[in-house]
Amino acid sequence: MANEFLEPITEQTFYLNMGPQHPSTHGVLRLFLKLDGEYIVEADPVIGYGHRGHEKMAESHLYEQFLPNSSRMDYLAGLIFNHGYVAAIEKMAGIEVPPRAEYIRVICAELNRISSHLLWFGTYVMDLGGFTPFLYSFDDRENILDILDRVSGSRLTYSYCRFGGVARDVDDEFITATHQFVERLRSRWDDYHNLVTKNVIFIHRAKDVGVINRELALRFGCTGPILRAAGVPYDVRKAEPYSVYSELDFEIPTGTKGDALDRYLVRVQEMEQSLHIIEQALERLPDGAIKAAVPHKVRPPRGDYYFAVESARGAVGFYIVSDGTSYPYRLKARVPSYGNLQVLTEVLPGTLVADTISILGSIDIVVPEVDR
Amino acid sequence: MSLEDLKEKLSKVVEPGDMVPRDYEKDGCLLEIKARADQVEAVAKAAREADCFLESITAVDFTNGPQIIYQFNSCTIVSRVLVRVQLSRGESVVSIGSIYDAALWYEREVFELFGIRFDNHPDLRRLLLPEDADFYPLLKDYGKVHAFRSTEEIYGE
Amino acid sequence: MAAWQNLVNFLGPDLARIVVGVVGVLALVQVNALFLVWLERKVAAHIQLRIGPKEVGPFGILQSIVDGIKLVGKELITPRHADRKLFMLAPIAVFLPVLVSFVVIPFSERLLIRDMNVGVLLIFAFSTFNVLAVLVGGWASNNKYSLLGAVRAVAQNVAYEIPLLLAVLSVVMWSNSLQMSEIVASQSKVWHVFSMPVATLIFLICATAETNRAPFDIPEAESELVAGFHTEYSGMRFALFFLAEYSNMLIVSAVATTLFFGGWKSPPFLGFLPVPGLIWFFAKTYALIFVTIWVRWTFPRLRFDQLMNFCWKIMIPAALLHLVVYAGIIKIVR
Repeated sequence: MANEFLEPITEQTFYLNMGPQHPSTHGVLRLFLKLDGEYIVEADPVIGYGHRGHEKMAESHLYEQFLPNSSRMDYLAGLIFNHGYVAAIEKMAGIEVPPRAEYIRVICAELNRISSHLLWFGTYVMDLGGFTPFLYSFDDRENILDILDRVSGSRLTYSYCRFGGVARDVDDEFITATHQFVERLRSRWDDYHNLVTKNVIFIHRAKDVGVINRELALRFGCTGPILRAAGVPYDVRKAEPYSVYSELDFEIPTGTKGDALDRYLVRVQEMEQSLHIIEQALERLPDGAIKAAVPHKVRPPRGDYYFAVESARGAVGFYIVSDGTSYPYRLKARVPSYGNLQVLTEVLPGTLVADTISILGSIDIVVPEVDR
Repeated sequence: MSLEDLKEKLSKVVEPGDMVPRDYEKDGCLLEIKARADQVEAVAKAAREADCFLESITAVDFTNGPQIIYQFNSCTIVSRVLVRVQLSRGESVVSIGSIYDAALWYEREVFELFGIRFDNHPDLRRLLLPEDADFYPLLKDYGKVHAFRSTEEIYGE
Repeated sequence: MAAWQNLVNFLGPDLARIVVGVVGVLALVQVNALFLVWLERKVAAHIQLRIGPKEVGPFGILQSIVDGIKLVGKELITPRHADRKLFMLAPIAVFLPVLVSFVVIPFSERLLIRDMNVGVLLIFAFSTFNVLAVLVGGWASNNKYSLLGAVRAVAQNVAYEIPLLLAVLSVVMWSNSLQMSEIVASQSKVWHVFSMPVATLIFLICATAETNRAPFDIPEAESELVAGFHTEYSGMRFALFFLAEYSNMLIVSAVATTLFFGGWKSPPFLGFLPVPGLIWFFAKTYALIFVTIWVRWTFPRLRFDQLMNFCWKIMIPAALLHLVVYAGIIKIVR
């Protein structure tokens, strides 16, 4: 009878579930982590808690009826999704959009981009423990929401674009309010830089954390600030200009290393570029109609079409297969957060749990966009 | 890398007759490729060598079977390529997860929504739907749809 | 026989003094907690460009009382597989040692419960119980987040005690005594903050780390571990942890005032004002508490390994160097 010895315990890892209810994951995201002490060995994002079936809904609704859905996919950049969807149908059906409507769309889309980045900024620093910038950035964001509320009727999920133009015209008060907002935000940059960008503790938390270089980003199909922070100047507004972006003059901020600090700086500079775009668009705003005459139920010709726009998080695309009726045959929304989230499976292993928060925050994921 | 470069690499893999140039201004893509299920891996390798990234993988359901659409693009110059693979119900296709990591999640999504299996996929489980779902929602015979057509009715061939 | 005499002597005015003193301290700690909750919320609000509590009572003063009543009314939940006895013991254990430390603080020239000749030693001996109670609380909760928080708290507290004590040791060497009233008396010409500013800085930083306040609040990092070691505590037990944190802040500021800022003494150039020592003491203590609150709402949080690196690689060598340098200075000057 041999002596039996117990197997020595070599497995030191344990499983930690971050989410779906967690103050930092910003949406219902579940990160299934395998930890060895404080170090992460494996990370598996589990999504689908917010799957509402937008793509299935599109197949049984008119093109017009799907319009509100488009801004609810990514609620922070709702106007940009709106714009993308509407512009896709316009291209398919050959609808000409009057220039005034195009400029109004650009102004509102850039305002939306700034409000999304401001929210990201506040919540990112809040996750790292500094509660104060969150309230400052929301103060600025309230201005944007008030401006857009006056003209579109809602504060977050806008359905402002229509096929052929926009729903309502902007008045002088909108223009004055936007000018005042641009001045005000410019005067606040100093506050933000002193409080956050130059803060030693923040730099320690963000520098060299979560490095996503060009090769990794392209393998996972990441677009947006992640790719730009890795040094690739890819922006859909410049690569595939749509609307009136080809007539406006702006730069694409890029980073060098692709760490969280680079992503932070890229987004902050993008906000400044958006202010520049808004100023130019306001200057050039022409008079005229705000909506082209469009048939009551839009009926694009048969075939498949793809249209891409640049949202706050990356390249958004709408792939529409039309069968010639006024109902889409298939609608697929290509969302940037898909690739952005998937890159976590490769970036997280080897980092500390505290860095997870920093990396997740710097990638800027909106979970309903991933889940659709 | 340019579109010519990509065309040249792809022409080694598919017949020239299957490569159809498209009008970018109208359709949003520059090139469309009809591939068979066994050519998918080679096409993906060619795109990888031409320094393209995988933009999306999606599928559409027709009466003559589902059709997978791969989309490649480049970050230096716009060169969107649509690769169409027509399958029949129940047919499976090789996963390109070993070439593009982005494909892993896209293929999981296509699997759970359409029921198309991907061979050699390391982890083919459901992504958006609950793990115990036993239906494929985006197939046209599930739930409420407006029309169920064939590829001929839509593309005319 | 002499021992019996001593005991009878003790049972008279000494005991009465201690009982009255402890009751007074208990009252002080409770009122302080109420006041600090209000102060923190107001200061935080004004830093964040808002107003803070204003509905309940003038300037929202009664907000803390109402919050306390709400917490009393909550259900005391104990997780299923938690260690019941330890779970109930932890909040009490984290709060009691603070009361003991108050026994030797000189609030003014004669308001001192017990003028022990090892006052400093008593304070720092009892402040380490805090660590044990936090570990017990985190372990007994049967929750991975709580355990992570408790383990971090222990590592942090144990590490930061070393430079803290080294800084205090410099003060003790300079004043030549461990007795609190003697230390205050040795500051009659120059406060220690001016004669040893580096030790003051080290003490204040380590004190912030000891009380688990930002930027060293990893153990209760809200956004990372939900609530750290007190995740599973609800109702009055949670209130006790909070009470303990604010009492810790008070005792640490009181000790800093006594050791470095002259205790109850008025500043030398303002000695003509008829302000009692007690008022000076509280003014200085609450000024330090205000600075702690200010720092909390300004800075983000350090990552845990950066925190530990900072302690072991920067604070401890600095404190040791300071000790050696001041030992040299004392030898030369005296």
